[in-house]
Amino acid sequence: MSATLAERRGPAAQPPDPGSRRLTERVFRVRESGILAVLVVFAAITTAIQPRFLDSQNIQFVLINTTVFALLALGETMVVVSRNVDLSIGSVLGLSAYLSTRLFSQVHGIPIPAVFAVGLAIGLACGVANGLMVSLGRVPSLVVTLATLYIIRGIDILIVGGNEVVAQSLPNAFANIPQDTVLGIPDLAIVIAAIVALGAYYMRSFRSGRELYAIGSNPDAARLAGIPVGKRIFTAFAISGALAGLAGVLWAAEYQTIDSTAGTGYELLVVSAVVVGGVAIFGGSGTAVGAAIGALLLSTINSALNVLGIAPFWDQAIAGFLLLLAITLDRVISLRLAAALRLRSAHRAG
Amino acid sequence: MQAERDAAAGGPEAAGTTGHQAAPPAGPGPSRPASLGAAAGQLLRRSARWEAGLLVLVIAIAVFGGSTSSEFLTGSNFFNIGLGSGEIAIMALPMTLIIISGEIDLSVASILGMSSALLGVLWSKGWPMLAIFAVLVLLGIAAGLINGLLVTRVGLPSLAVTIGTLALFRGIALITIGANTVSNFPAVYTNMGVEPIPHTELSYSAGIFIVLAVIFGVVLHGTPFGRSIFAMGASQDAALFAGIRVKRIKTLLYVISGVTCALAGALWTFRLDTAVQNNGLGLELDVVAIALLAGVSIFGGKGSIIGVVLAVLAFAGLQNALLLTNFNQEATGIVIGGLLLASVFVPNAVSFSTRVRESLGRRRRRAVPAAIGAGRE
Repeated sequence: MSATLAERRGPAAQPPDPGSRRLTERVFRVRESGILAVLVVFAAITTAIQPRFLDSQNIQFVLINTTVFALLALGETMVVVSRNVDLSIGSVLGLSAYLSTRLFSQVHGIPIPAVFAVGLAIGLACGVANGLMVSLGRVPSLVVTLATLYIIRGIDILIVGGNEVVAQSLPNAFANIPQDTVLGIPDLAIVIAAIVALGAYYMRSFRSGRELYAIGSNPDAARLAGIPVGKRIFTAFAISGALAGLAGVLWAAEYQTIDSTAGTGYELLVVSAVVVGGVAIFGGSGTAVGAAIGALLLSTINSALNVLGIAPFWDQAIAGFLLLLAITLDRVISLRLAAALRLRSAHRAG
Repeated sequence: MQAERDAAAGGPEAAGTTGHQAAPPAGPGPSRPASLGAAAGQLLRRSARWEAGLLVLVIAIAVFGGSTSSEFLTGSNFFNIGLGSGEIAIMALPMTLIIISGEIDLSVASILGMSSALLGVLWSKGWPMLAIFAVLVLLGIAAGLINGLLVTRVGLPSLAVTIGTLALFRGIALITIGANTVSNFPAVYTNMGVEPIPHTELSYSAGIFIVLAVIFGVVLHGTPFGRSIFAMGASQDAALFAGIRVKRIKTLLYVISGVTCALAGALWTFRLDTAVQNNGLGLELDVVAIALLAGVSIFGGKGSIIGVVLAVLAFAGLQNALLLTNFNQEATGIVIGGLLLASVFVPNAVSFSTRVRESLGRRRRRAVPAAIGAGRE
């Protein structure tokens, strides 16, 4: 059956093998390079209109703005690649931001790393709860994390009430974290880039990282292949939670006023950044680097509109339009890719 | 091609963890012709049990509310409950149909906001109200078409598409009305927000919800159109081969959702007598939560309008009861979230506890055949 099909297609598959391979390789790279190209073109146009856009100050602003989103996007990428979704990160961020920075006024002279550790631990606890329910309960992560989105935010509101952590209670060393730079690049951006690179390396080169892709491509097949599906998914959620906790502390350092609404609605922004960055929403493909570039693109747009003097009202519409454009392009490209691969295999079989 | 269709059919299913296991027998599992009747019977019993459970929950909430506050079981409070949750309840109806068909629509609250903003701007420009209503209907149709065509014709996952349109439509609301606030709508309309329907204790939005619930219920459970929604949610391929126009119907469902949400936007605006850009911000998650609480499977193919009505009562009643007991109102999310978790864990309680014991016990010795068995359930 397949042989006859291949034979019938044979004559059509004239292009020689190397040519089609080059095509597929090029298309494979498109996922990140496409989004990077959009970023460059966008920055170039904005700079042409308003040179101030490439000021070191503005670049720093964009990078700092990206750090929180890039961290969240890294965790979300691991979860989404395994064909799940974590909607609770915005609430986790809020809870961690408040509880960790409140320590500055509660425990006199607490070292800053300890505050980061507490934020990380709070996030990890939330992530572990999500992961246990999803992996052991075998219930859809969309439902579980939608529920924990409500629950964690509710706990946050119960704890915070009408209070807030104010800038005066934060030590200078902490509040200055986003301002410190090396050669004009914020320290923080370098650290976050390193974390993202580490995460990307883990997902690309470690067995357990690769297994996330296998699970996302086909959970049943992954299970039959002996991959500990539950364990891997649990790990992905735990990491996502921990990173959201860490992001909460950074968020606090950046905004310096933390009430019970911190991080509200971030979950959908981060999913947008991840999808714009080329991570398939139904798992199996995409990289953490792509997601980080997606986050960078979204905050670049944000800043560009600002610099160009366009009312911030346009932000969201453009971000939404861009997301739709990104997934549509991705779809078109993957259809082409599938067609090219079919041609190639048909050619080989013939 | 097959893979593509699968991906398109995936819908929210694929957003879940482990494929079909959590879905009840109605899912596209390995059902054999011989067991089809039995499976259908089981499904009926199971869903009936679900609604019975919801009814018990509603009664429990009524008892809880009545015992903690003398105000809870009064007519005027019933009016308040209907008023406070009317728009959410209305939006939950088309959402139910879309989730049953195997998709999702996260843009509902943004359509509400966009409609509210447009209503405000057109009214401030002196348009007659009837013309504005016509424009809002067109707006809803357009919004639904964008969602529907991107999902069905381009073949994109509805979760991603509607996250995109969630931002896009909210952005359009922002562009439309900016930082302005429009109020002073005619009293004829704003009175709908403060007065019940004459001779009843129903708010207008609750009345509209009841009428719409009956219509949606009849369409979903009593017409071939409704049955085909269940069919495509259970298995898109099977529905396709059975000659159901899957793409057309799904597009239509998104259009229905768009129009309904646009009208809910008008109700919201009149109730608050305010058109601002952030009207209804974040409501999409409440709407999805109601649908899931109603027993609608996130994988598609399962759910009922009666369940939705009961879930709305539970949701609205609980929020109101907690409000009357001076529980921090914003924190009612804890209870709503808890209910959501219960709604997915209770039906799977037995298999869940087995798995917990398994994973605590002989974790290392799990052989391949056992893994296969676990996958099938």
